[in-house]
Amino acid sequence: MEKIVLPEIDNLHVLDVYVQNGGFTAAKKAFSQSSDDIIDQVKKSGLRGRGGAAFSAGLKWSFMPKTTDKPKYLCINGDESEPGSFKDRQIFEYNPHQLIEGILITCYAIGAKIAYIYIRGEYHKWVKLMQKALDDAYTAGYVGEAMKEKFGTDFFCNIYIHKGAGAYICGEESSLMNSLEGQRGYPRVKPPFPAQNGLWGCPTTINNVETIANIPPIINKGWEWFSKIGEPKHPGTILFGVSGHVNKPGVYELPSGTLLTDIIFNYAGGVPGNKKILCVIPGGSSMPPLRGDQLEGVKMDSESLKAAGSAIGTGGIMVMDEDTDLVKVLARIAHFYHHESCGQCTPCREGTGWLEKILKRILAGNGSVNDLDLLITVATQIEGNTICALGEAAAWPVRFMVTRFRDYFEARVSKEINLEVANKVHSMRHTAIPLAEIKN
Amino acid sequence: MDFKFTPENIERINKEIAKYPVKKPAVMATLYIAQEQNGFISNEVIKEVSLLLNMTAEEVLGVVTFYTMYYQKPMGKNHIQVCTNVSCMLRGGYEIWNQVKEKLGLENMGVTEDHKFSLEEVECMGSCGTAPMLAVNEDYYENLTKEKVEELLKSLSQPLS
Ligand SMILES: Cc1cc2nc3c(=O)[nH]c(=O)nc-3n(C[C@H](O)[C@H](O)[C@H](O)COP(=O)(O)O)c2cc1C
Ligand code: SF4
Ligand code: FES
Repeated sequence: MEKIVLPEIDNLHVLDVYVQNGGFTAAKKAFSQSSDDIIDQVKKSGLRGRGGAAFSAGLKWSFMPKTTDKPKYLCINGDESEPGSFKDRQIFEYNPHQLIEGILITCYAIGAKIAYIYIRGEYHKWVKLMQKALDDAYTAGYVGEAMKEKFGTDFFCNIYIHKGAGAYICGEESSLMNSLEGQRGYPRVKPPFPAQNGLWGCPTTINNVETIANIPPIINKGWEWFSKIGEPKHPGTILFGVSGHVNKPGVYELPSGTLLTDIIFNYAGGVPGNKKILCVIPGGSSMPPLRGDQLEGVKMDSESLKAAGSAIGTGGIMVMDEDTDLVKVLARIAHFYHHESCGQCTPCREGTGWLEKILKRILAGNGSVNDLDLLITVATQIEGNTICALGEAAAWPVRFMVTRFRDYFEARVSKEINLEVANKVHSMRHTAIPLAEIKN
Repeated sequence: MDFKFTPENIERINKEIAKYPVKKPAVMATLYIAQEQNGFISNEVIKEVSLLLNMTAEEVLGVVTFYTMYYQKPMGKNHIQVCTNVSCMLRGGYEIWNQVKEKLGLENMGVTEDHKFSLEEVECMGSCGTAPMLAVNEDYYENLTKEKVEELLKSLSQPLS
């Protein structure tokens, strides 16, 4: 199968090698067409965002105002902090120039003069690698004012790297913009959407690294070619990151719609010791977990996964064998979202804390059966009641894990309802419990 | 104690400022540079950064406390970050965490008396496919085993020549 984003070409990260293999011909081709044409082709290609929400890239671009006296911006989301996701770093390392070329074309299509690549702070090495690639591209005249001459066009744009500093929430697009502006990375209330009111109040498009790395091949080989790869409703290849209990963890670029079992057993080499699979999270830790006995026939694209009761997310497949302590896993996930909640919305700030607390209680052997319902109640009260989707990211794994593995969780809690706990929690709204008692 | 950026660092900061239409977005990079020069983000650093970027000290402090990678106290020369998130946990992340904790005699965010080591339990670092992992300052160490960690800690304990 042909690889589009991470082709197996030695030293492709070196500018000369990239150019020898057809690099920057897509940009040249794009600049000879109208920006509307480019947006149209990307729309028709069916390319959907690889950052989590699988939104049509071309459609998103078309939201950018055509007539405005404000500058327009492009942000590339390389925050990559969702547990189970480690794909964008492969692009920074192995194919950075394709990302750069994709940025040039995107800037041209939406009319942006400046693009920022936001890379998570922990990725020091990949910030350096990306910066090196960018410096080389600048020196060779592919980026900045010099590109006018290089490509024989009036258009030019600048690309800068902005390094994060350790905050998962900054991957959320509006948080990313606040972070980039030098503020605390609080997500913004939407609408207005970035295309109306983004960076510094100007029209802004935000796309994931992998999404944009797909643009040059689409322009070069045509939208029809792309639209025929994998599942028609979510075409192209996807970088699947497989981690956890598999023999060969790693990133596999495969057509969308590849069977989940095929990825786990063939590409990732199956489960060590041929153990059974208890649970798989198919798209990064915030996506609904699937039971091991639910995997047969599940295809890895956004529509098929929706039908199977989960979501594609970032394509990070986390595999857990039969010996895994799911309570521990879920408590760890709950801890993560509690830690990463920015604290702006009460349901998220307080709810994630409760989820963690209740799960730790169950983990310590002090849970009772009413705790399971309580977890679902708390999760349900977060969903839909928050400014950003971290609320859902925190609630989904809990709600779906507890519901789908009810038997498993029931075996870990006492069947007796712990009245003391139940009263304390359920009557909280009516009686004033001393603060010290509620804490911990 | 006053804090002043070195002339070289002022130059680096100016390059950062040039990326943006206004000065404020350079605050994250400026804080990194300050941390590199000063070892940690002190109140004096915050004051200096705020003057340089036309921000209030409160705004700068707000940025410092929002992110996990700015430290308001001096950390060890080798700042060890162990990931214990799910993919690492499934492949022994907590064993590595406990091993390092024991070996260094540190709790989360602890610093050894000689300031050679500090320890932090971190969230997913994007190495899930090469788990378990830890980072020493800016460098990732992946596909760890207890033996490799033992060896690594030993090499870091050698007196620097
Ligand atoms: C809590 C949270 C964290 C996110 N983290 C990332 C991330 O690290 N990288 C990313 O590309 N998108 C992330 N997203 C999704 C972005 O908000 C946005 O949808 C995406 O960058 C758009 O790009 P795409 O359309 O190309 O997928 C996150 C969303 C939420 C709610
Ligand atoms: S949902 Fe959570 S992370 Fe998102 S804005 Fe609200 S408090 Fe912050
Ligand atoms: S879970 Fe440890 S690096 Fe992702």
